[in-house]
Amino acid sequence: MLFQQLGSCTLAFFQRLGRANIFLWAVLCGVPGLIFRLRLLIHQVFSVGVLSLVIIVVAGLFVGMVLGLQGYYTLVDFGAEDSLGVMVALSLVRELGPVVAALLFAGRAGSALTAEIGLMKATEQLAGMEMMAVDPIKRIIAPRFFAGVLSMPLLAAIFSALGVMGGYLAGVGLLGVDEGAFWSQMRSSVDFNEDIMNGVIKSIVFGVVVTWIAVFEGYDAVPTSEGVSRATTRTVVYASLAVLGLDFILTTLMFGEV
Amino acid sequence: MANTKNNLVEARGLTFQFGSRTVFDGIDLDLQRGKVTAIMGPSGTGKTTLLRLIGGQIRPTAGTIHVDGQNVPALSRRALFELRKRMGMLFQSGALLTDLTVFDNVAFPLREHSGLPETMVRDLVLMKLEAVGLRGAQRLMPGELSGGMARRVALARAIALDPMMIMYDEPFTGQDPISMGVLVKLIRDLNEVLGLTSIIVSHDVAETSAIADYIYVLSQGKVVGQGTPDELHHSESEWVRQFMKGTPDGPVPFHYPAGDYTEELLSREEFR
Amino acid sequence: MQNTRLVETSVGVFVAAGIAAFFMLGMKVSNFNAFSDVEGYEVSAQFENIGGLKVLSSVSVGGVRIGRVTSIGFDQEDYEAVVTMTIDHKYNRLPTDTSASIFTSGLLGEQYIGFEPGGEEAFLQEGDTIFLTQSAIVLEQVIGQFMFSKASEGAGE
Repeated sequence: MLFQQLGSCTLAFFQRLGRANIFLWAVLCGVPGLIFRLRLLIHQVFSVGVLSLVIIVVAGLFVGMVLGLQGYYTLVDFGAEDSLGVMVALSLVRELGPVVAALLFAGRAGSALTAEIGLMKATEQLAGMEMMAVDPIKRIIAPRFFAGVLSMPLLAAIFSALGVMGGYLAGVGLLGVDEGAFWSQMRSSVDFNEDIMNGVIKSIVFGVVVTWIAVFEGYDAVPTSEGVSRATTRTVVYASLAVLGLDFILTTLMFGEV
Repeated sequence: MANTKNNLVEARGLTFQFGSRTVFDGIDLDLQRGKVTAIMGPSGTGKTTLLRLIGGQIRPTAGTIHVDGQNVPALSRRALFELRKRMGMLFQSGALLTDLTVFDNVAFPLREHSGLPETMVRDLVLMKLEAVGLRGAQRLMPGELSGGMARRVALARAIALDPMMIMYDEPFTGQDPISMGVLVKLIRDLNEVLGLTSIIVSHDVAETSAIADYIYVLSQGKVVGQGTPDELHHSESEWVRQFMKGTPDGPVPFHYPAGDYTEELLSREEFR
Repeated sequence: MQNTRLVETSVGVFVAAGIAAFFMLGMKVSNFNAFSDVEGYEVSAQFENIGGLKVLSSVSVGGVRIGRVTSIGFDQEDYEAVVTMTIDHKYNRLPTDTSASIFTSGLLGEQYIGFEPGGEEAFLQEGDTIFLTQSAIVLEQVIGQFMFSKASEGAGE
């Protein structure tokens, strides 16, 4: 009995994973066609990226300021408060920028995508489109997916940059760390290829995964109001877990031994 | 299949299983060109499923469905999409795209498929909207429309590409008498003016009888009656008569199958 | 759609802000500038032991960074490590008898190469080799020697 349950759960999981992969493939096939439908893409970048901007800006500034304060109190005990810039910049660029931005993105844009697509399914808009001989994956899903993949690295870069500014405000403005030391130490220790590009790669990976989960959950939702709300919750939970798990794997690969 | 010429839709031995449940069990249907054919039956007999089978959204377990001579389940995706451009479908909820205005909704299939210049698209959309009497509502969003108006907009959209047939999914459900009358008139008129073939799925006997040329009655996966509305009203099958008249008790019992009533009232063992 | 313009403008601003943030990270936060001017001339040096020196470790004179380590190899003839460094073009007046040593910044910090200029008239050029080198101090060896000498002192008494 227990084994049967375990088996059926495993089978259901892999079935869903398989469907998600076939779905991703279909979406990717629809992406090249977007070159001719730039306007569709722009509208989705607006609703996915621009509307997430406020939360990213505010969160970035505050995370940076908190890092500045906490880092200062820790470093000052060792007389190393000049390294504050390094600490703030490295933790933002390598980890917090991509990860926190992706988590916020999953909560803000991911859930909205799932709910929107799920509702379109529940109100037969997707089926209606299919009956009008328009492929909803190409017309509805692909622009949203690509907009998410495009927006995520931009949001993460904005988050990191504002975080550094926040750290600067807290460290230099509030606590009186030497301004020159703050920037110069940061610049000599943060490597462009090692740290910044790896952060960008991370945020692209997170963008793909979060948007993929969001559009798939919406497309695969049970077309009732309960089903859509469940799918929305699942998007946030799965996307957040996937971001954290993948971050561990990517960090091991990138910053382990060269 | 001698009279393929006359039949736009032809189903033979159509079987569809959903999980362990058999929705259709080898049904045969012939839908003639230029006629209004109704498919009726109690709720839950899979009438909507039948439309989705004809539209190729789902595949039957067995059997064939020929639409205009092409076997729908065997078509490639591309050929299916070509066929669908010649089919219109009116969904129960209207299925209007909620982020577009009424005008853009009707223009949607034209912009996607026709490749016509925007000025011609505009003229066509206005013509279609005028046909359903909603030219004045072109700037409204779908959320601002009543249910009946939404269905009329959806109808305008369904005829935008001048299809050869339209499928109506429960067009009369939940409508007030006036919009019901408007819809009945529209379906009949469009069928005649545009030379369409119409398929109506419904359980509203009175309205459907008023416009249908031919009716199939489905129950439990089988065709239990077919004929013109008159023939069905005088059918020798008791079941069909009960359905057409809408009497509460008959071959379809009022009570859900249950054990003996007095026995259950007297027994107390299940509730302490 | 009347707000198409607003939508498109805000998307443009968003993309520009993202790219600007990226450039700020590149220019202001990281050593992107320093990395790009690695163009310079190459010199090499042989060490018995390079300790924890890595590619991209810095090369400095009197505490000023003048270049970076570009590659580390091993010479099978002499059984010594060969370190190739790229020195910025600006610093082209280093005498040929300059000595190179491997130092550690702080007690446990990173290792780097420090140059000590000599007194020759000729200057180092592309492809030259520095002969005067001093290997890294390996902490285990120092401690080992110290303990050994202490032990022998104890035995002598």
